[in-house]
Amino acid sequence: MKAWINQHRRAIGVTAAQAWRSPFSHLFQVLVIGVAILLPLLLHLAVQNLQRLGGNLPADARIALYLAGDATGKDADQIAARLKAHPTVAGHRFVSREEAIKDLRRIHEIADLVDALPKNPLPDAFIVRARSSAPDDLEALRREAAKWPKVALAQLDAAWAARLDAGLDLARALAAGLAALLAGALLAIAFNTIGLQVVNRREEIEVCRLIGATHGFIRRPFLYAGLLQGAVGGAIACGLAALCVEWVNRQLPGLAALYETNIVLLPLAWQDVISVTCFAGLLGWLGAWLAVSRHLWRGGPA
Amino acid sequence: MILLDKVGKRYPAGPGNDGHEALKSITLAIDSGEFAVVTGRSGAGKSTLLKLVAGIELPTSGTVRVNGQDLAGSRRALPFMRRKIGLIFQDHKLLYDRSVFDNVQLPLDITGFPPKEAARRVRAALDKVGLLSRERELPVTLSGGEQQRLCIARAIVHRPSLLLADEPTANLDMDYAQDIVDILRSFHQVGVTVVVSTHDLVSLRMARPRVIALSRGMLASEHPE
Ligand SMILES: Nc1ncnc2c1ncn2[C@@H]1O[C@H](COP(=O)(O)OP(=O)(O)O)[C@@H](O)[C@H]1O
Ligand SMILES: [Mg+2]
Repeated sequence: MKAWINQHRRAIGVTAAQAWRSPFSHLFQVLVIGVAILLPLLLHLAVQNLQRLGGNLPADARIALYLAGDATGKDADQIAARLKAHPTVAGHRFVSREEAIKDLRRIHEIADLVDALPKNPLPDAFIVRARSSAPDDLEALRREAAKWPKVALAQLDAAWAARLDAGLDLARALAAGLAALLAGALLAIAFNTIGLQVVNRREEIEVCRLIGATHGFIRRPFLYAGLLQGAVGGAIACGLAALCVEWVNRQLPGLAALYETNIVLLPLAWQDVISVTCFAGLLGWLGAWLAVSRHLWRGGPA
Repeated sequence: MILLDKVGKRYPAGPGNDGHEALKSITLAIDSGEFAVVTGRSGAGKSTLLKLVAGIELPTSGTVRVNGQDLAGSRRALPFMRRKIGLIFQDHKLLYDRSVFDNVQLPLDITGFPPKEAARRVRAALDKVGLLSRERELPVTLSGGEQQRLCIARAIVHRPSLLLADEPTANLDMDYAQDIVDILRSFHQVGVTVVVSTHDLVSLRMARPRVIALSRGMLASEHPE
């Protein structure tokens, strides 16, 4: 146990000494890894924030209920009562056919056209605001309301919500694909850089094997180097992502004022920072393991 | 301690050679505490014999046993076997980018020795070969004889019970060679089994070793002098 700790302490010392001897090449490698990880990370951040902001935008998901032509004021009252009692309805507004035609007439280009109509062709309508903007919930509510008596047509006024959702799904898939590609790239980077270190130190490795070093002993400093390289790269990527969010947030007040909302991008959660760093470290470790193992297996019995 | 039973070694044919039988049916035993010298001309198979004992090469026929263990048996056990052996290589195999001190410390690093205790042992080993004042220098600043002594320090720092030295006196002046032999004898005197190879016996006569003579891969004669 004691010996084991000493061996690890030594391996860490060797790794640190290596990094210290050529700080710039190590720094550069780590930066390359960091920038590579940054891309999918930013995509992930964008998805997360869009999803969150999508729920906050002033234009809530709405359903329009158009009443039948023969619906009376009593029918309208009944529907209003149903809406008021409905658990997934956040609010509703009644738009009478008179109001609707007045609105229409306000649009100058077609005012004459509207005046020329023999009778008001527009139905009474309810504009219903749903509590949830999830497309599935909206669709369920629309279908239910469409069956109510004297409701001629229930129309989802939330095509944009579905589109946003589909877009987010796509972006999420893209981020996952990029992350998978990147994991492969990270493995290859670690395999190459650590493989180079192995070649540079092959004499030392040979001597160590000759005087009784186990494969584990020989691998250890390289594994630490790979782990460190990956983890620092991951941490750098998280730092760069935080800088990006900060920069965007500084540009945002102008945009937010335009839309009369207070939009702020959320930075990476600390859980994300930890998992990105750990995962990158793990990949570096794995790449290093492969690089040293290849060398050892080629080396023959000695 | 060392048992060779009908050991043969044939090197595989490479691009430049068509395979060579370096050792042919060698049977021999070296007891614990012996001082044995393997002699023979260049190419007789001295290095090959020592490599077989250290498990650096595997025999193509017969068995090699060290401390009762068959070296061909387990790849996993090999590193731990090696730690009981002190190896002095014909081509030194020093690490030229590390200080004298670090070179000697390497075997202790490998076994995970506590650093303070390790430093004490490294200095003791360097003291024994007369290099204590040079511990911070790089091996290139040492003369041939001093480098050879450094190899000995590295080979004995972990206090092995068996010391294998492949031509430790080659390319050295008489005086330097005598130094090396004296150091090896001092280990023999404290109970370490020492096996040395050499192509000239002159400098080793004083040690009154057991002589194992090899000729073209075969035992030529074996007699204590
Ligand atoms: N790795 C090798 N591959 C092929 N042939 C070798 C190898 N090592 C040694 N030999 C051959 O085996 C014979 C014995 O070599 P060696 O044991 O080094 O002799 P010595 O140490 O007595 O000079 C020589 O003919 C040498 O050419
Ligand atoms: Mg030789």
